[in-house]
Amino acid sequence: MGCACGDRPTSLDVGGSAVSVTAGFWLMVLGIVVAPLVGGLLTGLERKVIARFQGRQGPPLVQAFYDLIKLWQKQPRAVNRIQVVYAYAHLFFMIVSLLALLLGQDLLMILFIFSFASVALILGGLSVDSPYSRIGSQREIVQLLVYEPILILMVIAFYKVTGSFMARAAWGLGQPLIYQIPLVLVAFLSVFIIKLRKSPFDLATQLHEPHQELVKGIITEYSGPHLALIELASWYEMVFLLGLVALFWSTSWIGALILAAVFFSLLTLIDNVTPRATYAWMVKFVWKVGLGLAVVNVTCLYLG
Amino acid sequence: MSLVALSRKKSPWLLHFETGGCNGCAIEVWACLTPVYDVERFGMVNTGNPKHADVLIVTGCVNARSGRVLRNLYSQMPEPKVVIAVGVCACTGGIFHDSYNLAPGADRAIPVDIYIPNCAARPEAIIDSVLHAVDLLEEKGRSYDARRS
Repeated sequence: MGCACGDRPTSLDVGGSAVSVTAGFWLMVLGIVVAPLVGGLLTGLERKVIARFQGRQGPPLVQAFYDLIKLWQKQPRAVNRIQVVYAYAHLFFMIVSLLALLLGQDLLMILFIFSFASVALILGGLSVDSPYSRIGSQREIVQLLVYEPILILMVIAFYKVTGSFMARAAWGLGQPLIYQIPLVLVAFLSVFIIKLRKSPFDLATQLHEPHQELVKGIITEYSGPHLALIELASWYEMVFLLGLVALFWSTSWIGALILAAVFFSLLTLIDNVTPRATYAWMVKFVWKVGLGLAVVNVTCLYLG
Repeated sequence: MSLVALSRKKSPWLLHFETGGCNGCAIEVWACLTPVYDVERFGMVNTGNPKHADVLIVTGCVNARSGRVLRNLYSQMPEPKVVIAVGVCACTGGIFHDSYNLAPGADRAIPVDIYIPNCAARPEAIIDSVLHAVDLLEEKGRSYDARRS
């Protein structure tokens, strides 16, 4: 595990108990095996819904799996060796951050590992000479700059409510987090859209869409099996982010599922009804509205 | 059919290259992606990136300059790959076949697998050719696997 600090008992560690070794093992199996299946199906569902929005029949629901297997079987053609290392690192850190969340580990550590995954992708994009890849990477850096403060504020708000940085503290709560930090959840929606690369914030790359502003942005120079790794990482990422959303209604399974479903629907809706923003507009909008909402919510928590 | 073969058949990603002609065939290729023909239902995605593509669609007359670009794009595509020449200009040069500056067909620049002669090619014919290309892709994939192992 990437987070060794999780099992150390601290005075801050109130609420939910640590998972047992057996339960932890099964949770990890669940995370590694089931999460990509869910992520792949959600990707397929999303493409289907987009097609229906546009009055088309759309691809089959399992299209994402066809794409992944095909890419995996294509000729491996890396521009340089380090690019491949970064693709594996991206996938690895994404899986680790998802597993750490499932095991209810330290949220600050989880965000740290999650940022590592993004940084691996950025370094992979910067390791080649293609200008498209480089511009895509630079935009990804700007995106990182934009959403990272909101995530940190989310963790601070989480700490203020639960008295612990441990994700498992949310499981022992009496009432869902959403009652106390609803504005942070709204701010998190912008992070959700940015991270899943959907319009209006699909600046760095778009995985399945025919936009060609920067060819494919940050993933332009990845091909075949290495692209498959990034695709797979994006499925883990989707489940990870939905897991973070579910944390806001951690007291009941149904509530968590409903919240995740609402976020997924909003993502698809917003993706379809908005045009792509420029990066400057994104910085202004997300920092003013998203960060503003999060700051107001955290301030209210401290005052109230 | 194995899962790999099925996946290869179900997920042809397209790269379209217009060599610089009248754009008639290019517009027909774009028409395939519209809701009327909706090629995404066969899993086709217009990638616009040779490194992600499986099927290269060439439209228009190839000259010395665009032939160089075409060869470059073709060589960047990972195996297995299929090339479709759409329109009579890309197939044989059409009415420009004896022109001093144009190659009579895209196959003078790169190996072409499927030809669709028409001026301009109908979207139905283009979809049909891609569905043939999918079978060819699976066949080429098998021989690629045999070579690799």
